[in-house]
This record gives sequence, C-alpha cells and structure tokens, in this order.
Amino acid sequence: MLDKTGIAKRIAKEVQDGYYVNLGIGIPTLVANYVRDDIEVEFQSENGVLGMGPFPFDGEEDADIINAGKQTITTLPGASFFDSAMSFAMIRGQHVDLTILGAMEVAENGDIANWKIPGKMVKGMGGAMDLVASAENIIVAMMHTNKRGESKILKRCSLPLTGVGCVKKVVTNLAVLEVTDKGFKLLERAPGVSVEEIKKATEGTLIIEGDIPEMSL
Amino acid sequence: MINKKVNSVSEATKGISDNMTFMLGGFGLSGIPENAIAALVKSGVKGLTCISNNAGVDDFGLGLLLHQKQIKKMVSSYVGENDEFERQMLSGELDVELIPQGTLAERCRAAQAGFPAIFTPAGYGTEVAEGKETREFDGKMYVLEHAFKADFAFVKAWKGDAAGNLVFKGTARNFNPCMAGAAKITVAEVEELVPVGELDPNQIHIPGIFVQRIFQGEKYEKRIEQRTVRTRE
Repeated sequence: MLDKTGIAKRIAKEVQDGYYVNLGIGIPTLVANYVRDDIEVEFQSENGVLGMGPFPFDGEEDADIINAGKQTITTLPGASFFDSAMSFAMIRGQHVDLTILGAMEVAENGDIANWKIPGKMVKGMGGAMDLVASAENIIVAMMHTNKRGESKILKRCSLPLTGVGCVKKVVTNLAVLEVTDKGFKLLERAPGVSVEEIKKATEGTLIIEGDIPEMSL
Repeated sequence: MINKKVNSVSEATKGISDNMTFMLGGFGLSGIPENAIAALVKSGVKGLTCISNNAGVDDFGLGLLLHQKQIKKMVSSYVGENDEFERQMLSGELDVELIPQGTLAERCRAAQAGFPAIFTPAGYGTEVAEGKETREFDGKMYVLEHAFKADFAFVKAWKGDAAGNLVFKGTARNFNPCMAGAAKITVAEVEELVPVGELDPNQIHIPGIFVQRIFQGEKYEKRIEQRTVRTRE
C-alpha cells in the first residue's frame, strides 16, 4: 500500500518532457518533488505564474509571489506572471498538458466530486471546475477508501459534482486505474496489494484483464 | 495626458453608497486594494455586494468589512480562510455565490471588453450550471455566464502614473487587470505613483483608459497568508 508520498511518486512518472503541468493542493503538490530531473517541465499555478520553483529561503519570501495555495514560492529562469483571465485561458484553451488534482469521489463514467459536502461548510471550488472541464489529461490523486473503509471509487458520485466525464486516470494508495467506457480498468497494483484487496475496495465496475503488474516507483 | 490622479483615498472613493456592487482585486491577501478597503470600512457603507476571488481573513482584507457587517453578498470562488465569514454564512446573514475561478475572471473581463456573456465549459453538469442556458459547440457542452455589472472596481498595482497606466508585480497581478475598466468607475491604488513618462509604454500592463481615479496608497502591509520557506543546506 502507498502513502501520500508514494502516490505522488507514482504520478510523477506520468509527467513527460515538455509538459506544462497544473498541480492541485495536497498530494498533487508533492508530485513536483519527484519528477525526473532529466526532463523539462513547467508548473503552472492558476493564480498567475508559470515556471514555479521551490519555496524561498527563510527571509527571502515575497508577499507578491505566491501559489494557488497562498504559499510563498520562487520562480525559475523562464518564468512568467499573468492575470487570472490569461491563466484560465491557458487552462480552458488546453495549453496546459496535464492536470493533477485530488478528489473526494470519482465514478466509472469519469465524473469527479471534490468541492462540497452537503451540510458542511463549503469553501468553494476555486479553479477546480475550470480545470476538470477543460483539461484533456486529468490524473486524480486520492485514497481508495474513506476513513470508514468505504470505497471512493464509485459507480456514480454521491457528492455534488465538480465535473462530468472528465477523469482519465486515478492513482490511489492501492492501484492505478484507467477510466474507460466500460468502467475502471485496473492497470497496476500498489506494492504488496492483491487484486482481491483492490476489488473489495472498489465499488465501481472494475475491469481486470490478465496479470496485473505491481507498480514500480 | 488626461489626469486621473486624486490626492486622497477619500477622494478616490467619492460616490460610494449603500447597496452598491464592488469588484475588488486580489488573490488571497496578495494584491488586494488595502487602502481602498480601509476607506470602505471607515465610510460605513453597507449592504454591499462584493465580487472578489476570496473574502480575506478575520482581521485583514475583506474580513474587515465582514466584521463590520457591511457586506450583504459575496461573489467568490474560494472563501475558506475566515471564521467570521463562516459564521455569517451559516447564520444566513451573508449571501454567498460561489463560482468557478476562471468564470469569475472571465465575467470580469467580459464586462471590461463589452461582451454581455460568455460560454464556458466550467461547471457544466454541476449545480453551478443549474437554471443557466447551455449549448453544444463541436460536441462539447458549455454554460452561458453573464458579464458582471458593478458600480466600482477597486484594483491595486505596483506602479502607476497620473495617466492611470498600471504595472503589476508578481502574482499580485491576479484579478486586478481583469477588473480594471469592468465597473462604472475604476479606482486604482499603487505602491508608487511615478511621474508621467517614467513608465515604459512597452511595459504597461493596463493602459490608463481603463482607470478613472488613481492614488498612491498611504501604506501597504502586504500580509503573507501562508509563509512557506526552506532551510539552507
């Protein structure tokens, strides 16, 4: 079974040379730490920066240079700043190659829910609805089940949706799944996790074809 | 040169009144019009509708207006950092319209650019699209979203001149350029008001035509919301 870092490491392998990537808050943010260093990738943050670098050194933080999580950041050579409309032009116009974000639920039809739990304080969707409605390539980073052990990989989402039919791939603590017309196709198992365990933790239709390899990190 | 310079924040905010709709730039606490917000708090105007990506924190940004119960409705994409906001929202004192961040930006830009509405894929099939016109283009579904209508836009830039030209710094740019010229009156505050002619015309982010009033803010706290640093090895 993977921890959050493990999920980030596995997703990092999906990032290819020349990609512009938008990372959501939480596990997706960790992905930046594990991208191969022999490829060129630029990270976009929807508040208006392309070419994000690491956190600043203590004393060098600048209130005018933050990421979408409102954290102080730095920029790398070649970086650019822009306004919010242009930022979402990059996203909506499909100039960003890969979007990695978290989810509360995903469904076998590609629906995703990650912004609202009825009855609880709603903080808002931020840029998530724009990202999922537009991106060609969306990978979801999430835990396979909730704290009560109930599946979050479903036939249909029960929570209010963020986007419909948009998720392409899901990386959880247990498995890598591809969203297909017929359901979730099991691509890889997490280290030490059996197909049986994945079946038990998945409420949505699970397609298992042949031997399922264990993922390498 | 058409002079937009006003001498004080009170002159800059002349004409504000109860029940108006304001646009306010900023993302989190970055690039917010600190001096205009302070003046709005002092003025006591109430019943406001505020279009702003976020709602500040308890003791800064729009949180200051919320604390005085001057805001009737917030139009935002993310409002998670404010206890007083949560209290007023849950008690029903405050009306909140949550909209996708890119849609928020584009509804400002549409107002600025003279488009009555735009079609966006964001929110299609979700509760955000409920009751709205949808249309298919090339096999994909889109939601009709209308341009905002606002009385004042309060924006903040790094540098500006009396002609109203603006230059922004870093990610403090965010919604500010989208809101400039998107309301009946745009009030720009800058950290530094430089002599006309000093800004390179090639490097201006927002031309003065979008700005009606400009002033240099008295002081900027520029508070950091999430200070994240790494240690030197």
